[in-house]
Amino acid sequence: MRPEWKDFVGGKWENEVNVRDFIQRNYHPYEGDESFLAEATQNTKDLWQMVLDLQKQEREAGGVLDMDTKVVSTITSHGPGYLDKSKETIVGFQTDKPFKRSFQPYGGIRMAEKACSDNGYEVDPEISEFFSTHRKTHNAGCFDAYNAEMRACRSAHIITGLPDAYGRGRIIGDYRRVALYGIDRLIEDKQAQKDSTGRVMTDDVIRLREEISEQIVALKLMKEMAASYGCDISKPATNVQEAIQATYFGYLCSVKEQNGAAMSLGRTSTFLDCYAERDLANGTFTEQQIQEFVDHFIMKLRCVKFARTPEYNQIFAGDPVWVTESLGGVGVDGRPMVTKMSFRYLHTLTNLGPSPEPNLTVLWSTRLPENWKKYCAKMSIQTSSIQYENDDLMRVTHGDDYGIACCVSSMVIGKEMQFFGARANLAKCLLYALNGGVDEVTKKQVGPKYRPVVGDVLDFDDVYSKFIDMMEWQADVYVNTLNIIHYMHDKYCYERAEMALHDRDVKRYFATGVAGLSIVADSLSAIKYAKVEAIRDEDGIIVDFKTTGDFPKYGNDDDRVDSIAQEVVHKFMTAIRRHHTYRNGVPTTSILTITSNVTYGKATGNTPDGRKKGQPFAPGANPMHGRDTHGAVASLSSVSKLPFNDAQDGISNTFTIIPGALGKEDQVFAGDIELDLNK
Amino acid sequence: MMQGRIHSLESFGTVDGPGTRFVVFVQGCPMRCAYCHNPDTWSMTGGTMMEPAEIFEQYRRNEAFYKNGGITVTGGEPLMQVDFLIDLFTIAKVENVHTCIDSSGIAFKPDNQPFIEKLDELMKLTDLVMLDIKHIDPEKHKELTAQPNEGILAFAAYLNEKHVDMWIRHVVVPGITDDEKYLYQLGYFIGQFSNLKALDVLPYHTMGETKYKKLGMSYKLAGVPAMDKDKVVEKKQVILDGIRARRAENTQE
Repeated sequence: MRPEWKDFVGGKWENEVNVRDFIQRNYHPYEGDESFLAEATQNTKDLWQMVLDLQKQEREAGGVLDMDTKVVSTITSHGPGYLDKSKETIVGFQTDKPFKRSFQPYGGIRMAEKACSDNGYEVDPEISEFFSTHRKTHNAGCFDAYNAEMRACRSAHIITGLPDAYGRGRIIGDYRRVALYGIDRLIEDKQAQKDSTGRVMTDDVIRLREEISEQIVALKLMKEMAASYGCDISKPATNVQEAIQATYFGYLCSVKEQNGAAMSLGRTSTFLDCYAERDLANGTFTEQQIQEFVDHFIMKLRCVKFARTPEYNQIFAGDPVWVTESLGGVGVDGRPMVTKMSFRYLHTLTNLGPSPEPNLTVLWSTRLPENWKKYCAKMSIQTSSIQYENDDLMRVTHGDDYGIACCVSSMVIGKEMQFFGARANLAKCLLYALNGGVDEVTKKQVGPKYRPVVGDVLDFDDVYSKFIDMMEWQADVYVNTLNIIHYMHDKYCYERAEMALHDRDVKRYFATGVAGLSIVADSLSAIKYAKVEAIRDEDGIIVDFKTTGDFPKYGNDDDRVDSIAQEVVHKFMTAIRRHHTYRNGVPTTSILTITSNVTYGKATGNTPDGRKKGQPFAPGANPMHGRDTHGAVASLSSVSKLPFNDAQDGISNTFTIIPGALGKEDQVFAGDIELDLNK
Repeated sequence: MMQGRIHSLESFGTVDGPGTRFVVFVQGCPMRCAYCHNPDTWSMTGGTMMEPAEIFEQYRRNEAFYKNGGITVTGGEPLMQVDFLIDLFTIAKVENVHTCIDSSGIAFKPDNQPFIEKLDELMKLTDLVMLDIKHIDPEKHKELTAQPNEGILAFAAYLNEKHVDMWIRHVVVPGITDDEKYLYQLGYFIGQFSNLKALDVLPYHTMGETKYKKLGMSYKLAGVPAMDKDKVVEKKQVILDGIRARRAENTQE
């Protein structure tokens, strides 16, 4: 065994790149409570104060403190940057100083220019010229290949948020590999992969060989970048500080080269705990020191920033990076994967204060240790900063080494990746079905000229069959548009750093998504159970509705309407599955518009459920606002009926509740009176 | 089966008994508590008539959520519909569901033999009664609720005799139910009961006021501020002192 691995339990992971095997043989589940946790050190407090000051300056400067306009960001484009070198135990920024946003033009030069100009900066003309004339971008490639129908769908917003002008994101490198194996071993492995490709030079083989070569270059640059900070990551990490640092360097390389819609971290805490336990046992570090490393690591993740346009920020309601880290869960052998490190990660919310980033996501199982459940609940109440996902549901498909990209997209770390595909606006599709493909807002013929609905009173069977036909068309143009997008992204904006930390043969999820599900369900329910009359404008386009009588609404555990929602999801997915997908991606869909529902609503006319033109959609798979009248369980129950098999990329439900309504405050409620009296 | 007169059903009750609970709000209450935040449940008419089996089916559909909870019937005044409760809880007990009644005790009539017989039957099916004592002093109670409190206090004794677990709830309203003399008395009174399992002291809030406006009713406590939460913790201590004193006496005996 290598000296760096001393005291670890050996196994398959020694001879092959297999982080899961290492974790399973070496992690120690922790069933205790949070009393072992250490407070923030003075250094941590000082550094965090510097970050807070920078945040304040950034806000005062209108949202951006500094931007690169000349240096194209690569793994090694910038020298080292620090807050205060003498106090940082984990180092590394995207550029040579904190809060300076890097310049990333490969997704699209115009978007990169606009991100600068909207924030008061100007891209160096030579650079602009270079990326307009000499080096093509992903965005230019997409528009070279789009047909007229795709462009029309894009401008009418029946397909929305497509990643054709920005980085697609949603790929999680297995950053832990850098710590466990060191770069040299990973390069050897990649070289062997390159030597193992097929000998007949088909398009696929040529592309794979070129990609692996790019990955090897990225690995060499990672080593170089780390060296500029005085760190050697060519060999395996020897202690927890080095392991955190190496993992972070892996991640840092990916955000230096990709401004993706979601740049998630993976599932690192239990892996790192193996090192922490070893160091605690050997007396290498104290709990206080380990917490300091974690605090500094999380602090760095909170400082990840990208150059973006105001429009982008509007779609995503802010400037999110989606540094999602998945915590906890249960292993396939039944042991909970909660370790002390899981607690330390959540404890940063205490030591550094609440924060939306990194997006700490607890993989929830009924079988998690009670103390962990209690701690999560406590931290949720205190900070409102924790996301929860159903591990019992996802473990069945993904095993116990998957992570979440963005908010809900699950993938096995280092073995699976996703082609992010934004979403189809189903509410608009329903209106196209009524109007024979004419857009209700622009009055342009966008969809196919199918026969529109005739007569004043809408008939359910008629509308439903027309809707299904229109959805088939929508799925067709949607998948084909995405095929172009991912082809071009691979070609002009390839994620070499992230893919260097993947296996050779990855499973690619071809993600699609839907928006407006609850509107469609309620609209169809209104047509079926109440009387809906169409109101047409002077051109005969249906632009409004008059509804008489009540109808079942999605979100009340009422099968009459919930079954409509289920069936729509199933039919949509069936339509998607019919198509060829780029690189044989496995089609999935998601129902998860957490923030962009506002933007989609603006572009969609009146709908038969009573929603007015311009009003926001409900987020994700949520019922429409105020229509769920039977309490949270009934509302959740409607959502839980949606078929995960047809929406494997995730179903989200945004749930807000005042803390007092979640249970009694222990100060006021005496609970078991006998215990209380003995105090 | 006896139908219930139902005001509404809440699928996610977190403050009406242990765990997450399915909550049945019945329609109809003889009390007129000045701070009642459900005045729409007062009327003895209205609401929806529902079969116990129909209600239990709604519980059963989502029982996974209620593993550590159960069913709570509140209102309105549940004990105005004892026959319905017996039928509902009979079904619930077949499936071993935790049952709870949130009551003011106003319907308790110790001298009404047929009522007591039915109540005896219901109590065999009931795991917990949350008894809301509005005021310990008879006169003050009448001012506050337009009803006497003798029966209510007798109900607490009855529950103790029947060995039905009891939580006492008390709303603290500034200037009305926050007099420490009475709070101590309340504690001293409930301290005698061995079935007392918990004390739930609720700070008065003003969120009910808008409901009165909507219903076109006048709000008797208009202008009374919400109760400060920190003060409630102190008030709770006074009640606990009363309980301790009574328990200490009983131990000496």
